[in-house]
Amino acid sequence: MNKYATGGVDLASEFLGIRSPNPFWLASAPPTDKAYNVNRAFEAGWGGVVWKTLGEDPPIVNVSGPRYGAIHANDRRVIGFNNVELITDRPLATNLAEIRQVKRDWPDRALVVSVMLPMNREAWAKYVPMIEDTGADALELNFGCPHGMSERGMGSAVGQVPEYIQQAAEWCKAVARIPVIVKLTPNVTNILGPARAAKKGGADAVSLINTMNSIMRVDYDTLTMYPATDGMGSHGGYCGPAVKPVALHMVAEIARNEATRGLPISGIGGVTDWRDAVDFLALGASNVQVCTAAMVYGFKIIDDLQSGLSHFLKDKGMSRVADLVGRAVPSVTDWKFLNLNYVVKARINQDLCIQCGRCHIVCEDASHQAITHTVDGKRRFEVIDQECVGCNLCVSVCPVVDCITMETLTSGVDSRTGRAITSEKMDWTTHPNNPMRRQPP
Amino acid sequence: MDRPQPDVVPGRLTAAEIERNFRDLHPPLSKSEALIAADRCYFCYAAPCTTACPTGIDIPRFIQSIRSGDIEGAARTILSENVMGGMCARVCPTEVLCEQACVRNAHEEKPVDIGLLQRYATDPVFESGQQLFERAQPTGKRVAVVGGGPAALSCAHRLACLGHEVTVYCRDAKLGGLNEFGIAAYKTVDDFAQREVAWILSIGGIEVRTGVALGGELSLAQLCCGHDAVFLAVGLAGVNALGLESENLPGVVDAVEYIAGLRQARDKSQLPVGRRVVVIGGGMTAIDIAVQSRRLGAEDVTIVYRRGQEHMGASRFEQELAQGSGVRIRHWARPVRLVGKEHVTRVEFEYTRIDPDGRLEGTGESFALQADIVFKAIGQEIDWDELGAASRVLRVSNGRIGVDAHRKTSLDNVWAGGDCVAGGQDLTVTAVQDGKIAAQAIDRYLRSGG
Repeated sequence: MNKYATGGVDLASEFLGIRSPNPFWLASAPPTDKAYNVNRAFEAGWGGVVWKTLGEDPPIVNVSGPRYGAIHANDRRVIGFNNVELITDRPLATNLAEIRQVKRDWPDRALVVSVMLPMNREAWAKYVPMIEDTGADALELNFGCPHGMSERGMGSAVGQVPEYIQQAAEWCKAVARIPVIVKLTPNVTNILGPARAAKKGGADAVSLINTMNSIMRVDYDTLTMYPATDGMGSHGGYCGPAVKPVALHMVAEIARNEATRGLPISGIGGVTDWRDAVDFLALGASNVQVCTAAMVYGFKIIDDLQSGLSHFLKDKGMSRVADLVGRAVPSVTDWKFLNLNYVVKARINQDLCIQCGRCHIVCEDASHQAITHTVDGKRRFEVIDQECVGCNLCVSVCPVVDCITMETLTSGVDSRTGRAITSEKMDWTTHPNNPMRRQPP
Repeated sequence: MDRPQPDVVPGRLTAAEIERNFRDLHPPLSKSEALIAADRCYFCYAAPCTTACPTGIDIPRFIQSIRSGDIEGAARTILSENVMGGMCARVCPTEVLCEQACVRNAHEEKPVDIGLLQRYATDPVFESGQQLFERAQPTGKRVAVVGGGPAALSCAHRLACLGHEVTVYCRDAKLGGLNEFGIAAYKTVDDFAQREVAWILSIGGIEVRTGVALGGELSLAQLCCGHDAVFLAVGLAGVNALGLESENLPGVVDAVEYIAGLRQARDKSQLPVGRRVVVIGGGMTAIDIAVQSRRLGAEDVTIVYRRGQEHMGASRFEQELAQGSGVRIRHWARPVRLVGKEHVTRVEFEYTRIDPDGRLEGTGESFALQADIVFKAIGQEIDWDELGAASRVLRVSNGRIGVDAHRKTSLDNVWAGGDCVAGGQDLTVTAVQDGKIAAQAIDRYLRSGG
């Protein structure tokens, strides 16, 4: 019984033919390093896991100093997180035996194995069959980790060179009988190159994003970077809620680009609650992977992910996760196609306004001087339509939910520009100020 | 039946119980608590809390400093506007000042804990004694400050910072004024008032003469001759009378005087405490004496106020503090007779109401309360005798010294502030502001050749 099968909504998910009771997998990371953790995750309700990345024996060695650093809000809520942990530091045989047992014990869950190997065909030919033999559902090729392993020519060192991605994917696909997912690094200028290369190399899907190169801060006492191992630090991989927008952009780019459209995507990057999952799914991911939230709160967050997504789908009249996948992709476009005739103005609900004045001062100092601070001698914040460009800064800083909203003007004149509001669209490609504009046919 | 002997004895509670009862009313915030509280500040534009602060402390700015870990910056922001920011963090009725203005009230009916955050920011300064301010180049000008309370110390500190030489003349043996002798003990524990005084004086340039009162060997005329300017902050040394017969009966006690004794007592368990205590009045002093009586072990404490709850000078928070301490508050009654032969035993009250013309009148109905001690807490007034001849030359307004917006009196080189001037709110924070404004005005006067 799925207690989250609310109102006819089925969260069951299928990704590359791999079924799982819900679209929430744990990403390859410390929470999926051992049978002990994975069993706990499955007991908690996670739909699948990507086992922490396997490598060649002998196993790598991790630092015994700090591996993690966090950016906190003042109430200590973690909003950004980074790590210098490498791939699994346990012997390959131990991992393989545990994977085999876990898959046997949890046949209804997705069990994908992450793998990181050097750039030679022999390594792939040797290890891929060993992993497949465990009964794992798929392989995820770790071309993403930006720290440590990248210094040895693996992880993001592969993911940053499309030719390497393609080559390694081909070696893997040549021997693999189970699906192959290529995990991409965001430490590139354009994600489409790596995504195209993965596709060309025969990858069945991509997953993204891995972590971003980062230094968290300095230690204000010692003036060394923080966290540090015996006084020295090395950049780590950044993740958590703060990276979600970067991830969403990359997912959407792959989903909407002609060359990569249709390539299944497993979305990763800062998923903490069900709304984050909705973001990824609507922008083209078929399922999502979670790591930081589980590391920060424990496996129990799966309850909110499942229940929230169920209720959301029900409210939207959708019965399956697949109904949501890609729904927002058509709304993502290039800036040059944005309608320059579209006009919105900020509206402040005076009944909700608590008089903090944040909207005024940000508009005054950083924007367009379009919000009053005094009206008829009284503290009052009102929008001056003649100045308001509809930038949304006031909405962004207002501490009161729904107090400031943006109203779309559909008729009359924009008092700022003096131009009549029109339903006719005009974008930069045809704008008179654009010297390169398309000439009307 | 009236008891033949009044029941007024020390040691109603053990020393340990009294110690517990007189602990910090609002314990300081821990670092975590402070960061969470600071995070609730919205950093408002032209912040209403700052407008509501009589000393105009830039509250969002100091809270931002707490948030970022710059505690010295926070303390500097506070103390540069209000040199008694440490005491004010403890005693300000924030519920009717900054915290009442906090926009969080409109949002969720719970303001930012501004008072507690102010204490968090300033406590380290008084613990370390760190000096935050420097004196300007000496001006060679000499200013006399008369008084030892918040207005006097605020003025003296600011004048000293500005480079002037200050002499403080204080009638008490110790500086601090009501901070030292008046405020309820559980609001300012660990001798904070004296630590604050010591920190204020550590700026230098302030000579202190204690035990010297105007009217004695010292006259205003003399001060004016010997100094370039004078600041009067003599407070309200006179106590209002009930105007009843038998007011001098033993057991009828001036609350201000009793509290001063309590504040100076080395061992509070040695203070005589009535079993049944009646407090007459409706202001902060009434609350302070009632609550402290309870905390010293009085069994039955009743405040009687002649008007309604909404008219009380004590804030709602203070009223609730009293009620939470087991004090009963009765409204709309005034004392008409103090009964007792050797010692007061009973007070008779008449019910009151507002007549159609808006004046208070008795209804003719009455009741009586048994009392071992009756505390008078019906306000204080200027002791004009103390001012001597000066009282005849100073302009008087509403029974207090009249001053202009710069706290200047009707005399050429005399300024005044604190409770002794008209128009104040009788709060530490307003007294500090008076002293600051007067010091700035005196500085301008002295630099323009005065």
